[in-house]
Amino acid sequence: MSINATLIGQMITFTLLVWFTMKQIWPPLIAALEERRSKIADGLAAAEKGQEEMALAEKRAIEKLKAAKEQSADIINLAQKRANEVVEESKLNAKKEGERMIEAAKAQIEQEIAQVKESLRQEVAVLALKAAEQILQKEINKAEHNDIIAKVSNQLGQA
Amino acid sequence: MTTEAHAAEGSTGYIVHHLTPFSVGEGFWTLHLDTLFFSAVLGSLFVLFFKSVAQKATANVPNLTQSFVEMIIEFVDQQVKDSFHGKSELICPLALSIFCWVFLWNFMDLFPVDIIPAVAGMMGIEYMRVVPSTDLNATFALSMSVFCLIIYYNLKIKGIFHFGKELLLHPFNHWLLIPFNILLNFVEYLAKPISLALRLFGNLYAGELIFILIALMPWYIQPLLSFPWAVFHILIITLQAFIFMVLTIVYLSMAHEEH
Repeated sequence: MSINATLIGQMITFTLLVWFTMKQIWPPLIAALEERRSKIADGLAAAEKGQEEMALAEKRAIEKLKAAKEQSADIINLAQKRANEVVEESKLNAKKEGERMIEAAKAQIEQEIAQVKESLRQEVAVLALKAAEQILQKEINKAEHNDIIAKVSNQLGQA
Repeated sequence: MTTEAHAAEGSTGYIVHHLTPFSVGEGFWTLHLDTLFFSAVLGSLFVLFFKSVAQKATANVPNLTQSFVEMIIEFVDQQVKDSFHGKSELICPLALSIFCWVFLWNFMDLFPVDIIPAVAGMMGIEYMRVVPSTDLNATFALSMSVFCLIIYYNLKIKGIFHFGKELLLHPFNHWLLIPFNILLNFVEYLAKPISLALRLFGNLYAGELIFILIALMPWYIQPLLSFPWAVFHILIITLQAFIFMVLTIVYLSMAHEEH
């Protein structure tokens, strides 16, 4: 149990060990650790950024959705208005058309009445003439009395 | 000093035989070949294992071996960061080397006390002491190296003038007390390597001694005693390696800081 040259040998071994550790072992390991640390830090930062961006995108999407809803409501309103207008217009048109048709029918009726009156008048004139012939038992010259007949038929027409 | 002499002394002989180093040479120029051999082998194991991991070290997902090595590295790095505030290329590798080397020395204590000496005996080597930390030469070699570094950094950081002034005028800043200061500082500086070396040596020597004592018991009692002692020793060997490392860091950081 004495101090001897072993001490020197051990010191040399120790020096070699420390030297080797300093040159070959510590730097690469600590470099790997540092690199991983920065990688993790970068990853965490990227994740945070991504989260922020996602929140932003969500907000933007909500805004866009809101705008789209408003726009669609506008479009629907406009369309409804337009549809109402079209309905009103067509109603008006139909009414006008109906009135026009009624007018036309009335005119036709008038015309037919006039025709019927005319034919009735002539028939009445013929009948009157025949009656007068029978009453007078005498042939009346049609040509001579046309004036009278015309006068009468005119009076009938006025009646 | 022969085997017969020890054998004649019974259990005392057994103990002494176990604690006698395998040495060559005379006087100061004696070499404890077992201490030199085992510490060199253990040092190479440490260096080669760490080197193989360092070569393949990746910043991506590490495998189990790399994680284990990184755990040790980060542990040492944290210890250095906690107590050392200067900047030094040397101190982290130094702390790592000390921690691992001392741990491996101490770990030899957990091998059954008779196995390696028996193998050595078959090879014709009579004495074999396998735990380098039970050799004062080994522990003092470490602490003296640390002491040299303490002196070196004191001189390098503070300069010879400032360091000398500190030795003369600290802790009592008066010229009359210079001799007293010198004495005090001398003891303080000397106490560091001596306490470092003796603490490690004493703990491991005592531990080894108790293992040897247990080995003297009847075989059916041995497991009952050696198992708890070995479990307890797992704590001791780690703790001693840790203490040696931390004190080295603290001493060196003191050398870096001015009073």
